[in-house]
Amino acid sequence: MISRLEDKELKRKSRRQLLKLAPVAALGVFAFPKVSDRLVAAGVRFSDWASGEVFRSRHPAPTFSDSEVAPFAKFPYNGYDVLDPQVDLEKWTLTVEGDVQHPGEYTLAQIKALPKINQNTRHICVEGWDVIGSFGGARISDFLKLVGANTSARFLEVECVDDYYESIDMASVLHPQSLLCYEMYGQPLDRKHGAPLRLQMPTKLGYKQAKYLDTFRVTNILKPGKTGYWEDQGYSWFGGL
Amino acid sequence: MPNDEQHEEKNRNEEEKNTAPLAESEPTVPADAIEGMEAKPEIAAAKPEVATNEPAVEAEEPELVRAAYEHPLPIRITHWVNAISLFVMVTSGLRIFRAFPSFGPKIPEKVLLDVPKSLTLGGWLGGALQWHFTFMWFFAASGLFYVAYQVVSGHYRTMLFTPRDIPGVWPMTRYYFFFGPKPPATGQYNPLQKLAYTSAIGFGALSLLTGIVLYKPAQFSWLAFLFGGFHLTRVWHFAAMCGFLAFIPGHLIMVLLHGWSNFYSMLSGWKREPEYQE
Repeated sequence: MISRLEDKELKRKSRRQLLKLAPVAALGVFAFPKVSDRLVAAGVRFSDWASGEVFRSRHPAPTFSDSEVAPFAKFPYNGYDVLDPQVDLEKWTLTVEGDVQHPGEYTLAQIKALPKINQNTRHICVEGWDVIGSFGGARISDFLKLVGANTSARFLEVECVDDYYESIDMASVLHPQSLLCYEMYGQPLDRKHGAPLRLQMPTKLGYKQAKYLDTFRVTNILKPGKTGYWEDQGYSWFGGL
Repeated sequence: MPNDEQHEEKNRNEEEKNTAPLAESEPTVPADAIEGMEAKPEIAAAKPEVATNEPAVEAEEPELVRAAYEHPLPIRITHWVNAISLFVMVTSGLRIFRAFPSFGPKIPEKVLLDVPKSLTLGGWLGGALQWHFTFMWFFAASGLFYVAYQVVSGHYRTMLFTPRDIPGVWPMTRYYFFFGPKPPATGQYNPLQKLAYTSAIGFGALSLLTGIVLYKPAQFSWLAFLFGGFHLTRVWHFAAMCGFLAFIPGHLIMVLLHGWSNFYSMLSGWKREPEYQE
């Protein structure tokens, strides 16, 4: 649509329309590192909230046939510090504390006595790689029932033998595919994969699935700056898939 | 479809009926009026670049300029929000890609390309993810609002590439790249522009859908299926970015070649002396 107008008028209209665009300039605050650091951290918190909202506690992550599983040798070892923190497998117990009826030390035999789940699921790393693996273990939800945990509490805090630590929202913890994993590819979990016990949760990124488990704590409160090893450095806390 | 600009224009016309009797918002000029004006050679001489491809020059009011309100405010806002978001998404995305620059398995890892750190945003994987997970909302919101506005307002007709534009692609390509004759301007955008802008929307849709799969592959496993599973979705996500990276330099070069008034129109909405007639 062509209009014909005086030069002065066109300039006036153009200026007025230009000014209406001014709010977009607000995005310029992201150019200042001190402000943007906090803004993008807030952006991740918002994304984490949205992730919690779309999470369906009964919706299964895809599972795969045995022929689709990657060979054991192609399942990467990944760790934040040392791959083998020299866990004393003989004396190992899982310490349970917090909002539970039966706190104390639990042995691997007690965990293995729970119904065993085998699943072939995709392990996805925050770096972008993924691998389909074969896992065996007990449902975390069954174990929480055993220890009389208050499952209406908000979080499960996890501490590891190697000082790694994590915290996970209860909805994801109670997901039927969330395992206390003590087997991979039908064999006892090897040391570098987190022996004797690790978390295996196909609805979470790899860094949420802590290895060399040491302590479980059921809680409603997370200490700021102590929500997870990588999370405290900037990774998404929800880390959900 | 009335918009704020036209309302504004009408009010203005009523206010200034006496001072500017010819400044009317009527879009079409009667054909006989154009012919009548053609007989004013001194004006044609004063503005030769206009006179060469169009006869219509205001006879009584030589200081009147032809102008078109090409880009409504929602289009301009979403264009710039999208430009900023796209810059952040690409640069932070490349930093994320650096963490695993391959589309194959982790073992053995075949590095596809080493993106220079200087082209990336975020400093490290975690920082880049923070930018990516923040600006994905701006990118998605501006994209969805843009498409919704285009559809509801009918403004999409100016830019959507349709089969009718196909015959015009080759003449325009010849003009741009092989010194062919310039095809006459028939609307706000030529067929090649429409193709580029429509493709860009396609890249946006692809990056958004594949992004949802990469972010929530378990919750949206049905969508992952559409792209051949999680692993291949990462390739599609990268391909969408490559589409944008092909579009952006061409877009910027054309903006540079067409000068300030063309660029300014994406800020102010108003294009001075557009090439087309209607």
